[in-house]
Amino acid sequence: MSDRTMTEREDPAETRASPAFDLSGAVHGSDGGAEAPMGKAVFRLEDVTVSYDAKPAVSEVTMDIPHNQITALIGPSGCGKSTLIRCLNRMNDLIPSASVDGRVLYHDQDIYGPEIDAVEVRKRIGMVFQKPNPFPKSIYDNIAFGPRVLGMKGDMDEIVERGLSGAALWDEVKDRLDTNAFGMSGGQQQRLCIARCLAVQPDVILMDEPCSALDPISTGKIEDLMLELKREYSIVIVTHNMQQAARVSDRTAFLIVKLDADEKHRQGRLVEYDRTEKIFTNPSDSRTEDYVSGKVG
Amino acid sequence: MRGSLTAGRSSRRLEIGFKALLLLALSLALITLTVLIVDIVADGVGGLSLSFLTDVPSQIIPENSGIGPAISGTLWLMLVCAAFIIPVGVATAVYLEEYADRSRWFNRAIEVNIQNLAAVPSIVYGILGLAFLVRGPLSLGNVVLAGGLTLGLLVLPVLIVAGREAVRAVPPSIREGSMALGATKWQTIWKQVLPAALPGIATGVILSLSRAIGETAPLIVVGAVSFATFIPSGFGAEITALPIQIFDWVSQPQPEFKTLAAAGIIVLMLILLSMNAVAVWLRNKFEQKW
Repeated sequence: MSDRTMTEREDPAETRASPAFDLSGAVHGSDGGAEAPMGKAVFRLEDVTVSYDAKPAVSEVTMDIPHNQITALIGPSGCGKSTLIRCLNRMNDLIPSASVDGRVLYHDQDIYGPEIDAVEVRKRIGMVFQKPNPFPKSIYDNIAFGPRVLGMKGDMDEIVERGLSGAALWDEVKDRLDTNAFGMSGGQQQRLCIARCLAVQPDVILMDEPCSALDPISTGKIEDLMLELKREYSIVIVTHNMQQAARVSDRTAFLIVKLDADEKHRQGRLVEYDRTEKIFTNPSDSRTEDYVSGKVG
Repeated sequence: MRGSLTAGRSSRRLEIGFKALLLLALSLALITLTVLIVDIVADGVGGLSLSFLTDVPSQIIPENSGIGPAISGTLWLMLVCAAFIIPVGVATAVYLEEYADRSRWFNRAIEVNIQNLAAVPSIVYGILGLAFLVRGPLSLGNVVLAGGLTLGLLVLPVLIVAGREAVRAVPPSIREGSMALGATKWQTIWKQVLPAALPGIATGVILSLSRAIGETAPLIVVGAVSFATFIPSGFGAEITALPIQIFDWVSQPQPEFKTLAAAGIIVLMLILLSMNAVAVWLRNKFEQKW
């Protein structure tokens, strides 16, 4: 029943006593969940509304996010895609005014449930941010930080090498592991952030516009990496770049900004969610068609 | 209508006049400082010698007087002061920046009060030290421990303000990156935020201590000894310090003591300037550019 047994990944450093998706530490009698139409779901969002100061930023999103695929969230600025992705690993907890309604089921467990520890959630659901945010430490320590604080056992050198190799960065930096990560290029820094995330062996990787600060060549490298990583990880990506969504994702969700009745408050809504190919070639909703064909931005 | 592109004569004159005014203000400050230093060095350089640094003061033979006890007393006071302000100041700064919910009134009240405390005259801290540390609840007596703690209370707000700035300068993206890996808030603060803020905190500590090292009034109130014939050692020793010694010599009528006072001021200024130099060096060398 564990997803981990379904992957080819070897886990010599696997130290967690509980299965990957048991967030409370208690024994959870799940049998894997119902089969979603597009395969096994890693996330099921049910009527999710995220609000800041009780004003909804994105409303009533219901969608299933498939296992070991890339799911893209696209839409115009202010449609709440970043807000939505940040509630998948409870990063919104860091903003005191934010609140989440509805249910976010991760392997059938509501991650906003009362007994859930947000720290446990984030151990399994990693995140890569818009701007590369390496720690002001050496390349080695950037990777080793996560495994160290999580108390992962095993040879740290090996863990670091595996993380960097996983992000296709090992060959570029193996001779300067003890130099400061701030000396790397932007694209390398972003891959370092991905490597850092891989080192703690998460189940899901969330990427919030990971290429928006990068040049096209670095962007290409990260896209190749994502396609490589989806064999072992489920990936959710927010992107401004429609071509990127079309290139890498398996499924795409299109969100729009809606004005309230009083036309004062804007909030995001999910318009359409389907296979990426369908969204870009034959969308069901005319608003999606206008957006992906470039009629509206 | 096409106007002339040349500036009016009066506006150009105003420009030059304003610049001259600024330069005048700057040179006034610099000249005062230079005159002070030259005057002190001229007066005191004759009194400087190695034995001056180690000898005890003498009322009878001023030529044999030294600042041995004063230097040693200052070092002990600074040790107590640092041991007190570093943990308390850094913990307060971290609490206010990372944990305090600013929408609660008591956290705002704490913030306002700390800012006010930084502006309280030092003599008031002396009276506080006398009433609560030397006598009263703690009754430590007029010893180094009480003196150092009094100075610590005095400069604690300075360190808290500097510490908060250092913690705030660590960008939120570092905290997010750490938390996203599954680190707890405490691990994030201890292993990411504090190490990144360390240069700023260290600078704050040095600047706080360099403020404390020149304080005279609170030490007089808590019972510092101006005529120390012993080298103080330990937390229970009597209080003496460089500014106290200088103050004592300045108030003596004989001209020989004026030389001694000037020599003492040179030593105090050298210590102060080198502490500030270390602070500047620390900031330039280790400050993280984000």
